[in-house]
Amino acid sequence: MSFFDVVFYLFAVITTLAATGVIVARNPVHAALFLVLAFCSAAGIWMLLEAEFLAITLVLVYVGAVMVLFLFVVMMLDINLLKLREGFWRWFPFGAGLAGLMVFEMIWVLGSRQTSEVSVAVTHAADYSNTKELGRLLYTQYVYPFELAAVILLVAMVAAIALTLRRRTGVKTQNISEQVKARKADRLRIVKMKSETKV
Amino acid sequence: MNLMANLIPVAAEIFLLVMVCFILIVDLLLAKSSKIYTYLLVQLTLLGCSLITVGTHENGVYYAFHGMYVDDLMSDVLKMLSYLGISMMLVYSRQYLMLRGLFTGEFLVLALFSLLGMNVMISANHFLTLYLGLELLSLSLYAMVALQRDSAIATEAAMKYFVLGALASGLLLYGMSMLYGATGSLELGVISHALQQGVQNKPLLAFGLVFILSGLAFKLGVVPFHMWVPDVYHGAPTAMTMLIGSVPKLAAFAFTARILVEGLQSLVTDWSGMLIVLAIASMALGNLSAIAQTNLKRMFAYSTITHMGFMLLGFISGGIEGYGSAMFYTVVYMIMSLGAFGMIMMLSRAGFEADTLNDFKGLNQRSPWLAFMMMLLMLSMAGIPPTVGFYAKFSVLNAIVQTGHTWLAVVAVMFSLIGAFYYLRIIKLMYFDAPESHVPIVVESDTGLLITLNGAGVLILGLMPGTLMSICAVSVQQSLLLH
Repeated sequence: MSFFDVVFYLFAVITTLAATGVIVARNPVHAALFLVLAFCSAAGIWMLLEAEFLAITLVLVYVGAVMVLFLFVVMMLDINLLKLREGFWRWFPFGAGLAGLMVFEMIWVLGSRQTSEVSVAVTHAADYSNTKELGRLLYTQYVYPFELAAVILLVAMVAAIALTLRRRTGVKTQNISEQVKARKADRLRIVKMKSETKV
Repeated sequence: MNLMANLIPVAAEIFLLVMVCFILIVDLLLAKSSKIYTYLLVQLTLLGCSLITVGTHENGVYYAFHGMYVDDLMSDVLKMLSYLGISMMLVYSRQYLMLRGLFTGEFLVLALFSLLGMNVMISANHFLTLYLGLELLSLSLYAMVALQRDSAIATEAAMKYFVLGALASGLLLYGMSMLYGATGSLELGVISHALQQGVQNKPLLAFGLVFILSGLAFKLGVVPFHMWVPDVYHGAPTAMTMLIGSVPKLAAFAFTARILVEGLQSLVTDWSGMLIVLAIASMALGNLSAIAQTNLKRMFAYSTITHMGFMLLGFISGGIEGYGSAMFYTVVYMIMSLGAFGMIMMLSRAGFEADTLNDFKGLNQRSPWLAFMMMLLMLSMAGIPPTVGFYAKFSVLNAIVQTGHTWLAVVAVMFSLIGAFYYLRIIKLMYFDAPESHVPIVVESDTGLLITLNGAGVLILGLMPGTLMSICAVSVQQSLLLH
């Protein structure tokens, strides 16, 4: 067993245990943290396959941004855990049956594959940059789908703003620009009065 | 490959995208009362797109962007029809949306985005572009359904549509990844070639096919993947229902044709068997459930399920007649459903939806002309001559009989006969029942003209279906069968 295998199995075991932790943890915050662990060890496996860019993106995007957001939401929402757990045993046979079917299918599909088809990961020289290669592909061969993905993000932005932006009337908010623009002459009126004379 | 050779076929899409961004900015500067200018700009964009599509059309099949994009006769024809469909949708829904405060720049922009998604799907030659086009279309539609934020039923519909749509996309992606595993490519032409050479991993291929078909069936809304259709059609504002129920069917046809015929032609015996089950189940369940509906939008939802099942019969029979008749059927269905939903919106007024059967009672006394147009549309949906619906059904049945599936044709005719009941019931309500309300029907001049053209179109196309049919046959022949 080479060093490579040892590291692979280490990460694989951590990923599997963490993934199990996500679904069995009672506390949703713990579940989210387990998911972070699963992502980190999956990134480790990708690193072993020389997919540095994917590994770093996984950590930056999923662990750094998505999961933090997730944790915020979980902490801010008041989730009634007892209610979520209701009906677990009632649906258990259905879920177990479905899971069994999936396992059977996977064994069938993977088992039928000839061993020669399983290819070994290609190794590259140390100065090979896979970020550069990905970038080159994205902007040449895959430029059309890449731009389409950008359009989809634009749609998501338009949709999110259209669905959540509410201009409520009658709300007492300060209009800063109006305040700054105000001059003394607009607010203050100096009234000249004759001084009173004694009767 | 030089730049212009890549850009010229995509010119219409690029123009559309640039105009969408332009409209997005212009709309910000316009006051709420002058949204009509945005609307006119959108209509001009559609006109511009159609001119570019006609202008850049060349005979033959062209690929661009490393085989991601294909420009052929079928894509050009379907794109022209989709511009027409979106334009009609906007004319029909303008007044309806204005009365409900939904006639906003976002609505118009999202409608154009959905059109862009459809066009990408129509001329996709690669699983990646097919999927991205589909997501672009679906995301715009989800958002449009949810635009009416104060309506609980619309929000529920949007939620259901979103969750089930995401599930369907997941199934589709899973299937695509399996096909990639089996054939080593995502490009349809290469997949087709690899399948002809023979693939070693048969179970993987079979699973991929099943997942892809399930995803397709979800998007088409055929039984047993139809659960979202009635709720979404019912819950969404009628203008959005009209959009969901009409033009995207063209894209769905192209999607199905590209994947099944261009990509997976070698597996035709496998998928046509599955399509038979889907088609029969859709025709049975759709027709029988539609009878029980009192809400017109729900009824049309079940009618969509039936029509899509019927359209699949064209794919089952195959060949120029089969695929051509399926395309013809889809186009005709788009025209009919635009008219039918347009009619619901014309009878609606501020704060009132004319979406139940009772609202159509005695329409002949309130507005004989609209009643006549609705009669034409319903006769066409039921497939009664001389309307075009008859010819659409006839050509599909003709194709299926020629391939020897006579029993399938008999089943289809039987279910159509059952289905005729609920279309004819509307005609009976309009002409032989007393009206329940006497509120005068106000019809804007542009929608009035359009519904007249729509009704006349259904009749004229029914009397002279030859041109449209030959366009469908030629484009199917050039695009799907010659390579």
